[in-house]
Amino acid sequence: MTGPDRNPGVGGPDGQGVLEIDDLTIAYGDHTVIDGLSWRTGGAGALITAVLGPSGCGKSTLIRAVAGLERPAAGTVRFDGEDLAGIEVHRRDFGVVFQDGQLFGGRSVAANIAYGLKMRRWPRRRIADRVSELLDVVGLPGYEKRSVDTLSGGQAQRVALARALAPHPRLLLLDEPLAALDRRLRDELAVEISEIVRAAGVPTVVVTHDHAEAATMADVIAVMRDGAMVQVAQPSTLWTRPVDEWTARFLGATTVVDATLHDGVAETVLGDLRLDLPDGSRRLGLRPESVEVARTPDAVDVRSLATVVLVAELPSGPRVRIETVVGEIDAIATESVSIGDRVRLRLVPDRVAVIG
Amino acid sequence: MTRATNTGPGATARGDNWGPARRGGTLAGRIAVRLVPALFITILFAWPLIALIRRAYRIASESGARLEDLLARTDAWSLLGITVGQAAASMVLALLAAAPIAWLYAHIGGRVAVILAVVVTVPFVLPTVVVGVAFRSLLTGPLSFLHIESGLGAVLAAHVFLNVAVVVRVVGAAWRNLDPRLLEAARTLGAGRVKATMTVVVPRLLPAIAGAATLIFLFCSTSFGVVLILGAGELRTLETEIYTQAIGYFRLPEAVVLSMLQIVVVFAALLLTRVFSDPAGAGSAGGGGRRGAAAVVAGWPARLAMAAAATWTVVLLVGPVAVLIVRSLRPSAGGDWTFAGYRALAEPVNGVTPLESLRYSLVSAGSATLIALVVGTLAAVSLFRARGVLGAIASTISLIPLGISAVTLGFGYLIVLASMPYAIAASPAVIPCVQALIAIPLVIRIMVPALESVPVRLRQAAATLGAPPLRVFTTVDLPIVGRSLGAAAGFAFVMALGEFGATSFLARADTTTLPVLIGSALNRPGAENLATAMAASVVLVAATTLAVLLVEALRPRTEVPLL
Repeated sequence: MTGPDRNPGVGGPDGQGVLEIDDLTIAYGDHTVIDGLSWRTGGAGALITAVLGPSGCGKSTLIRAVAGLERPAAGTVRFDGEDLAGIEVHRRDFGVVFQDGQLFGGRSVAANIAYGLKMRRWPRRRIADRVSELLDVVGLPGYEKRSVDTLSGGQAQRVALARALAPHPRLLLLDEPLAALDRRLRDELAVEISEIVRAAGVPTVVVTHDHAEAATMADVIAVMRDGAMVQVAQPSTLWTRPVDEWTARFLGATTVVDATLHDGVAETVLGDLRLDLPDGSRRLGLRPESVEVARTPDAVDVRSLATVVLVAELPSGPRVRIETVVGEIDAIATESVSIGDRVRLRLVPDRVAVIG
Repeated sequence: MTRATNTGPGATARGDNWGPARRGGTLAGRIAVRLVPALFITILFAWPLIALIRRAYRIASESGARLEDLLARTDAWSLLGITVGQAAASMVLALLAAAPIAWLYAHIGGRVAVILAVVVTVPFVLPTVVVGVAFRSLLTGPLSFLHIESGLGAVLAAHVFLNVAVVVRVVGAAWRNLDPRLLEAARTLGAGRVKATMTVVVPRLLPAIAGAATLIFLFCSTSFGVVLILGAGELRTLETEIYTQAIGYFRLPEAVVLSMLQIVVVFAALLLTRVFSDPAGAGSAGGGGRRGAAAVVAGWPARLAMAAAATWTVVLLVGPVAVLIVRSLRPSAGGDWTFAGYRALAEPVNGVTPLESLRYSLVSAGSATLIALVVGTLAAVSLFRARGVLGAIASTISLIPLGISAVTLGFGYLIVLASMPYAIAASPAVIPCVQALIAIPLVIRIMVPALESVPVRLRQAAATLGAPPLRVFTTVDLPIVGRSLGAAAGFAFVMALGEFGATSFLARADTTTLPVLIGSALNRPGAENLATAMAASVVLVAATTLAVLLVEALRPRTEVPLL
């Protein structure tokens, strides 16, 4: 989950590229999608922000509102202190990349990238230079004359990114830019897009439902649920300290157990683990990576005993499902085990999500 | 299709049934499916046209009259110019007048869209004589100050009224299917609303616009009822002149020569239609959902534009019909309200009362609908199965009757039937068959896509479960295409009900349809005759509107390709 090297220096001086949303409400007819959302992002150390949430949570609507494609029923959207309410879509100078590119069919790659520059009446020579410069940036040099109808999905998204970046937008909005691509291409392009955007130094908001993608690309992740921001944090914080059980589960926790903390030791029904937290009771979210199992020597804590019910050999090592006192949970095996084996489980302190 | 019934549960449901199920029927079934429509179209379409051409050839060789002389005597070249010119002008005006309505249609959803579809479609399927009567009542009534009671202006106005539907249903549907995010993408790149529409949306709609334009050109170059009534002798086109020469003066050689010219015009227009009716013109499938499109037009400027477009729709499409209804009840401006016109429906015009001819019209249109459904569905099934060049040729041929000049066809029938025994020439089946022929292309155009929408796997599943071909059709295809069949029936019925060009050649006293009767009532002087024509027209408007409402209610969720 560690993305490319983050460079907090990039991202402009404080107060630059800051997006402020206050009390935003958006409704389609009687259906309120976003109800009184307030959120602030951007500025130093937060060049790329991800809005992460399940489908239907209103995250796309949110950035469509920032772009000016949705009309808020109430609330304000400001960018660098300027209220955007009276500014029409085409005067905002925000670049948008849509889920499936929305390239203008039947035209060349160059014509697509040049579109925004023509609207800004750039001279022809400068347009040609800018187009080839961007094609270099997105790794498609020499593609000017190609018809966009002949591009693969990944290439199309690169061209869409180039088209959005060409007019030097003040803010870049990416609406699920990789959702239509297959897994491998997605991982590859997520890294690449974040590098391109960082190199260009354009403040960016990316909307996604994939937490790995969010973590790969963004400096800050805002988790959204039912039209509201649930938690805004750096990726590492998000994994270890999700704000509530829903967030923990949304970020991959499959099991939640109660823990009682005393002198830096958390007691749970699955055994104890060291957690450097104040005394009291907490809840812990467990992802498969949070639980390690090994074949059992005799005489161990009965709470940590389990039986293997399923084994899947994954490239990263064996993944197992074990029967425990709290039911079946997923875990990773540190040595090879088979179905029916009695095993001992261990909770890994660094990989456990402490809720709240 | 009978032999396949031996595949009962006990029979070899696995092996034997694969062949026929895949190839689409038993031998007898396959022959029936192809032969019936082929025979029908040959006898009713090709025969009269060939008879006409042969007659023309004989005239040319016997009389020694040179073709140039005949052409000169009939003023053919200037008629050709007028025909093409008024069709082109109608096309341009209809595109301009319909543009705001197509925009409106593309940007509304739900029940309002259905209402708009009805409002737009009714004028298109109204009998042309009714449109003629409506515009006469409009132009001699509320719009009399324009002084275009008849002639080119009146004809152009009526053509626009008739053909708005073509633009809205072809261009509007393509526009509707366009992903709204395409426009949004252009907007985020710095293009204003108008500029984004012109640079991104319009280029994508061009194929649809060209398709609609050529269709309108085709329809207007064969327009008969409207030109006859509103042209009132001042505007003569090839179509009306064929009728005048053949029926009015019984100058067959002249009529035949003009028919030949008209056939050339129609084939040229049809060719253009085929070239421009690119299936890709229907726009990219899918679309980002209606919600997005509705969002684009939020805000008061867009609402104002929508209100303006809706007002324009009402004025243009509802106005003439409303005036017709009012004037049928109040024949002279400022005069008394009266049911006299409606009472006159029981009094004879040319020996037949309008009510009698209405009854005949309904019976005849009903029979025509049945014939068109059977033949059209069979043709659709065989076209749907046909692949490759043969399929393309068959599909083009089956659509020709849609564009062919009805007057030419009617004239061809007149010649063929004259050489027939009385039993055939006077057969009550003639008019329903001719009306069915006009309606068949429409049935085919609706049913082929409907059949294509049936998942192939579903048919294969039914076949593997032991259903013979006919059972596959009745248990798998029919339930899915049932709604389309209903829509096809509705459209076939209104087409048959309003048919005027061919029927006016063939109608006898006892087979006078209501449109033909309205036509002859209009030719007689006097306010009473106009009142009767208006009342009869209102009856036809009501029947047509009912049928269109029914069609829209039955409409499958996918767009019925009307044109």
